[in-house]
Amino acid sequence: MYLEMKNIYKTFDGFHASNDVNFSVEKGDLAALLGPSGSGKTTILRMIAGLDTPDSGDIIINNVRVNSLPGSKRGIGFVFQNYALFRYMTVADNIAFGLEVQKKSKAEIKNRVDELLELISMKDLGKRYPHQLSGGQRQRVAFARALAPNPLLLLLDEPFAAIDAKVRRELRTWLKDMIEQVGITSIFVTHDQEEAMEVADTIIVTNQGCVEQIGTPEEICFHPQTDFVAEFIDASRYKMMTLQ
Amino acid sequence: MAKEVKKNYEQDVVGDGINSIQKVIDPHKSESNHIVKNILIGTCALFLFIMLILPLIVVIINAFRDGWAAYQKAVFDEYTVKALQLTLLATVSAVAVNTVFGIVASYLVSKFYFRGRQILSALIDIPFSISPVIAGLIFILTFGNVGWMGDFLKSHGIKIVFAVPGIILATIFVTFPFVFRELLPVLNAQGKDEEEAAALMGANGFTIFRKITFPHIKWALLYGIVLCTARAMGEFGAVSVISGHLRGKTNTLPLHVEILYNEFNTTAAFAVSSLLVIMAVLILIARNLIEWKNK
Repeated sequence: MYLEMKNIYKTFDGFHASNDVNFSVEKGDLAALLGPSGSGKTTILRMIAGLDTPDSGDIIINNVRVNSLPGSKRGIGFVFQNYALFRYMTVADNIAFGLEVQKKSKAEIKNRVDELLELISMKDLGKRYPHQLSGGQRQRVAFARALAPNPLLLLLDEPFAAIDAKVRRELRTWLKDMIEQVGITSIFVTHDQEEAMEVADTIIVTNQGCVEQIGTPEEICFHPQTDFVAEFIDASRYKMMTLQ
Repeated sequence: MAKEVKKNYEQDVVGDGINSIQKVIDPHKSESNHIVKNILIGTCALFLFIMLILPLIVVIINAFRDGWAAYQKAVFDEYTVKALQLTLLATVSAVAVNTVFGIVASYLVSKFYFRGRQILSALIDIPFSISPVIAGLIFILTFGNVGWMGDFLKSHGIKIVFAVPGIILATIFVTFPFVFRELLPVLNAQGKDEEEAAALMGANGFTIFRKITFPHIKWALLYGIVLCTARAMGEFGAVSVISGHLRGKTNTLPLHVEILYNEFNTTAAFAVSSLLVIMAVLILIARNLIEWKNK
């Protein structure tokens, strides 16, 4: 069990963002937090990263309770919804940032940056600035930047939301392949059930601050355990059909 | 980002042939609107000439009315130089204090959520809405002999009212919203994501500020400093109340102009005014350079 969330509660001004959240993610797993907007999935991700603190409950990463550890000490890579690339730094400097903060040697940083630029197939674009990149390229840079310090857990908040529909499918496959290639335990947040089905090994369905069901895409799709899951999956499927 | 959006928009609009429709309704192309445009330009130009340019010309002409020697005598007069020094001292102090304060306060208000955030933001605007004379009186009532802290200051031999510290305090008070107001929208627009990303990678607060926040706000900061400087140099009301008008001691440049003028020493008054005009023009040039560079 790599990540465990135990009895997590979180309220914002009386609003129950997390209401007794329990789930766990195995090492090497690629899990999706799936739910409609306002269901509390991003809050869960932010609590794992240490960007928000739960009111009660335990967050356990690699058998250590990390509640009181700052996010930077949890061995986490985070890809923000709008990527949050440092706009006044080049692509290479963005990727190098986490390593510079750790005071790694210049040579080591350069090697790692080159390696990651190679991995995301952007070898020649290291000197560009974020505003000179396409949406897909930005996502790849955000991915590389999150991976640079060799985190043990990768968190992605709606990684495809800011990308237009045409390239989204392509990027999904790319990201899934990358995560498999790197072999990092990952959790991503999405409201799109097709996306969750296609990319994730495990899906955690959230609704109104609660976890409704945890299972493989097949289980969620064919054996929904609650009315909500059945309805949510069906409704989105219907939407997909009408779109096509 | 904004540029890209604009470009796309232009491409869309032009590409769809809205171009040709625009020709028909474009207000700048039709005959009668051409006249309206010229009338508006004329009105603005006339207004600016009467209200701004003419008075400035009058200042310069009057300053040199009695010749270069008289101008030099007024400008290099012992009291003028002392007043200039005091004005510069007050300006530099106010700008330094308000820059630090403005950065801290705008960062606090834009990046943290806490009770009273809105109130703090509104409080900082008080100097904009309050009359400078009242600002001066506030300090007299607080630090003056009969004031709230008068006894304490007296027993410790600290003189604030009718002395240099009072002038500096009044100048700081009057100018403290400028940097804050310039920075706040920029910081709000930036959001917290980049800073959170950097913090998650283990960067400390100072590194985050230096590498992420500062590059983002630097032009707005410079612009705020320029505005603050301009206001601090020209401040009259608050400083006038608290200064006591002691020549060579607590007289700033604007106060010195008033004294000279009241003594019917018109040429000297205008000569000293021309110093303020020159400094204002320099600041205006700096401001425009920053705006131009910022684009």
